[in-house]
Amino acid sequence: MAVIFKKSKGLTDTEQHYCPGCTHGITHRLVAESLEELDVLDRVIGVSPVGCSILAHKYFAIDMCEAAHGRAPAVATGIKRAQPDGVVFTYQGDGDLASIGTAEIVHAAHRGEKITTIFINNAIYGMTGGQMAPTTLAGQIATTAPNGRDPNHCGFPLRVSEMLATIDGAVYVERVSVDKPANIRKAKKAIKKAFEIQLSGLGFTFVEVLSTCPTNWGMNPADSLDWLRKNMIPYYPLGNLKSPKEDR
Amino acid sequence: MAKTLMKGNEAFAAAAIKGGCRYFFGYPITPQNELPEYMSRELPKAGGCFLQAESEIAAINMVYGAACAGARVMTSSSSPGIALKQEGISFLASAELPCVIINVSRAGPGIGGIQPGQADYYQSTRGGGNGDYQVIVYAPASIQEAVELTANAFETADYYRNPVMILGDGMIGQMMEPVELRAPKKRELPPKIWALTGTRGQRSHNTIKSLALEPDDLEEVNLKLKAKYDVIRKNEVQYEAFHLEDAEIVFVAYGTVSRIVKAVIEELSSLNIKAGLIRPITLWPFPFEVFDTLSSKTKCVMSIEMSLGQMVDDVKIAVKGRVPVEFYGRSGGNIPSPEAIVEKTKEILGGAE
Repeated sequence: MAVIFKKSKGLTDTEQHYCPGCTHGITHRLVAESLEELDVLDRVIGVSPVGCSILAHKYFAIDMCEAAHGRAPAVATGIKRAQPDGVVFTYQGDGDLASIGTAEIVHAAHRGEKITTIFINNAIYGMTGGQMAPTTLAGQIATTAPNGRDPNHCGFPLRVSEMLATIDGAVYVERVSVDKPANIRKAKKAIKKAFEIQLSGLGFTFVEVLSTCPTNWGMNPADSLDWLRKNMIPYYPLGNLKSPKEDR
Repeated sequence: MAKTLMKGNEAFAAAAIKGGCRYFFGYPITPQNELPEYMSRELPKAGGCFLQAESEIAAINMVYGAACAGARVMTSSSSPGIALKQEGISFLASAELPCVIINVSRAGPGIGGIQPGQADYYQSTRGGGNGDYQVIVYAPASIQEAVELTANAFETADYYRNPVMILGDGMIGQMMEPVELRAPKKRELPPKIWALTGTRGQRSHNTIKSLALEPDDLEEVNLKLKAKYDVIRKNEVQYEAFHLEDAEIVFVAYGTVSRIVKAVIEELSSLNIKAGLIRPITLWPFPFEVFDTLSSKTKCVMSIEMSLGQMVDDVKIAVKGRVPVEFYGRSGGNIPSPEAIVEKTKEILGGAE
């Protein structure tokens, strides 16, 4: 019988701890498939964050380490400088990257570190139980914004991709979503592209993945996907924000 | 090899390169700036990489990354900068990653001042970061000793898979002395099979982690670390014992202050006061055992520090209540004067003349 789908060699057989309906599993698969297709699984080194995906190293069949909260881009910098022919990536959530780790992500981009960052934006702190993130939408309920985020009190949601796209060292910045098959295919293309550009040594590459958190949003998985489409995509528009010149 | 006149901070850097350091990540802070400046100039010539980080926090995490990748790596800073690195140092110790950290310490607390200080004894030996962990801490008293300890520190760090700190006060960093750079004493080191290099088709994937959510798992990690620390306590203690025989009073001092105390001992000798010195070279592990060998003639032990009393805690533990433990120190960037130490000694010993 013909095999029409199989698990990437970049993933282990370990059962994942992610909640039902969480989109981390999809994005893990896209990263693993991209690395496998580029034939770099034997020279890739990943850095997992503090957050739900801290245990990503159990699910990727590649060399990986954990980093302190927000510091993954600095850790990846040290790895890449010491292993310049390695393919190095960070996988970070929005609390990790957009709040405590803003200095590290901005300066990794600023230096044009030849690494790739996969940024999971689900508009909330997942692992700690649903607190407000810098990416939480105006009016969105969180455990530390019980009446909904009030921009007058704690600012408007941060658009990280737009911010990083202004930095010269960031050569590829794209925002994707994994809410439906068509978008998942686009996300895969963007992730693979980011790694290809890293391999060509052009600079820092960044893919923001709009993701769901049914548990902390208090919705079932299907409603979560609808909520993402109705609320997140209008504020965080999908598409390429920056590409190397020859790709434009 | 002929001796070269070198400033302490540059000597630290030159010794590190001699010790095999090829990666350096740092952030500007006085009084250690000549060290990263030297590295930015000289490390590329040795085939290495210098990178100025956006913060001390980023620098120590770059160290973590390069150490993960199996490199010999170092950072340097001064007291408030070391405070910022403590989270990273805790992670490095937890993940058993070798690296060298140089602290050219200054007076605190807070931003404090830029003159020399020894008020980092606690944050060096007690773990400024969270959790049950230890960092091996060396305290050089001369630039020659600084270069030897620094060059050897990379071997020690690799041997134990543990961060090593060199605590040189601002005086050591800023003064010039003749030095001879020597190759490090080699230890028998296994290959770094745990390092993250990419599997390269040679092995299954490696993971370097700090998280252990099950209490029993984490306790097992802590007990494994403790067993390592016990070996370090047994094998790595270094100190200098100076004129301990017949000493009525034994001073305890490290780094710059130990040199002042040696002058004080000469001065006291001319006043017919017999004084000795225990100079810890490793602050952790602390040389507790040497205090068990003190003469029955020793009436008092006095810790002299550029702080308001930090190492004195370890001195009290070491003396075990056998004789009174006294303290004299200056802070804020002031240096204890020989005259003041002599006066304090005379006051304590009372009619010793």
